[in-house]
Amino acid sequence: MAPIISISSLTKTYASGFQALKRIDLAIDKGEIFALLGPNGAGKTTLISIVCGIVTPSTGTVTVGGHDILNDYRAARSLIGLVPQELHTDAFESVWATVSFSRGLFGLPTDPDHIEQVLKSLSLWDKKDSKIMTLSGGMKRRVLIAKALAHEPQVLFLDEPTAGVDVELRKDMWNVVRALRASGVTIILTTHYIEEAEEMADRIGVINKGEIILTERKAELMQKLGKKALTLQLHRELAAIPEDLARHKLTLAPSGKELIYTYDTQGERTGITALLDDLARNNIRFRDLQTTQSSLEDIFVGLVRKDR
Amino acid sequence: MKADNVIRPVGPQTVNLRAIRAIYGFEMARTGRTLFQSIVSPVVSTSLYFIVFGAAIGTRIQEIEGVSYGAFIVPGLIMLMILTQSTMNASFGIYFPKFTGTIFEILSAPVSFMEIVIGYVGAAATKSIILGLIILATAWLFVPLRIDHPGFMLLFMVLTAITFSLLGFIIGIWADGFEQLQLIPLLVITPLTFLGGTFYSIDVLPPVWQTVALFNPIVYLVSGFRWSFYSIADVSVGISLAMTFAFLALCLVTVWWIFKTGYRLKK
Repeated sequence: MAPIISISSLTKTYASGFQALKRIDLAIDKGEIFALLGPNGAGKTTLISIVCGIVTPSTGTVTVGGHDILNDYRAARSLIGLVPQELHTDAFESVWATVSFSRGLFGLPTDPDHIEQVLKSLSLWDKKDSKIMTLSGGMKRRVLIAKALAHEPQVLFLDEPTAGVDVELRKDMWNVVRALRASGVTIILTTHYIEEAEEMADRIGVINKGEIILTERKAELMQKLGKKALTLQLHRELAAIPEDLARHKLTLAPSGKELIYTYDTQGERTGITALLDDLARNNIRFRDLQTTQSSLEDIFVGLVRKDR
Repeated sequence: MKADNVIRPVGPQTVNLRAIRAIYGFEMARTGRTLFQSIVSPVVSTSLYFIVFGAAIGTRIQEIEGVSYGAFIVPGLIMLMILTQSTMNASFGIYFPKFTGTIFEILSAPVSFMEIVIGYVGAAATKSIILGLIILATAWLFVPLRIDHPGFMLLFMVLTAITFSLLGFIIGIWADGFEQLQLIPLLVITPLTFLGGTFYSIDVLPPVWQTVALFNPIVYLVSGFRWSFYSIADVSVGISLAMTFAFLALCLVTVWWIFKTGYRLKK
């Protein structure tokens, strides 16, 4: 199946000479939730802004639904909904007016039923006649999402959608995202909350210094880079790791009461049996044990650090 | 949530009329919210001109080519209001979304630059024309008026409103702060209007200044507009009309260039 968004050899150098995107090749499949992770200034917003038509690319091509974003911008843009990172909202307009405006701007006939549905799904219905300036930050974020959904986009960009947002809204928002995905909408989000990408995304891309350094299905990424740690809580403190155990590459917690063993879940042998045998032989007894898997955050931090 | 899997048939050849209507409606609603500031205050200030120049001082000034002074200044005053209001309203209309950041939505929408201009400039020009007509009606209460060429009167009014709304649009895009937004209307347009024969015929100027005045574009607008009322003019109507179209063309080319290059709109 042809990807819904196809980016090839995309670069962006700003007038200041700053090279925001070095060379981006990326394909987004229809119907997936793609999470773009990257530290501040990595080029996430620039990339999104180019696809949406707010920033002009230096070189390279982008197509959305098969339509070139420059030559066939009408067709390309009418498929896209964008929720920007900053709370760029009107002040004096009512919620209803601003959301209806977005629909008109994208060339669709008025449809009060659809707007009502969008507002209700974002718990904005009782605020529909309020002026936007009277709303809280979280409510303004909802308004921006409602504006993006007003024209029934096929592709939804969420740029840092949960930055500074309370739990309630986050829950609402992910419900909306799930419902959209179920109806076939493709969602691209950037986030700092890695657990969110971990929970929501089908596929993850990591961008750093204007380059995509990795794209991978989330499950495979977690598996491939996933390390597990086995923590053993000891009965008696150890001053140091006995020499007999040196080959296991253990770490001793500063308290001396915990031994930590890190292993690769993908390895042929995890080495756990051998470790436990050696412990028994050295008469080191433990009262409890637990294993933890590295989170996406650990993976991400590892990747970006390596790239430095 | 609705989402059909059909790619909507929006080709580059179609015109996004609904977007024009949305922008136009948005701008007109903004005017509606600020009705007092938008309509009442220009009408009050123009009425003051009529009282001061028309009734108080005007009675001591001779008729100009058979037209009483109070009536003579009416076309100039209407022009003054149309020029300043068009510029200020249009510049604010596009500057404010830039300032608040909401312009991102316009830039990411499937609208052509021409559609954006038609929406914003159309709304600003509409407002100026309505204002001009209100001031004309107000003037009728103070001085005896006659309009010899109503068709030309409307033509000049519409062309001027569009031209200076375009100019305002350009200023709004160029401006980096509220101060710059006021700069051109205050330091260029208002002086040129006062020196452009709003309150006098340029015939009364010394010959050298008459020549200088011909470099003032507003002379042509005021002269043509006044001709449509009383059939008297400083320069011939043909030239006035030609100059008006020339300014319009100049503004259109500038706006076209702005969107072509993305000047101050796109990084």
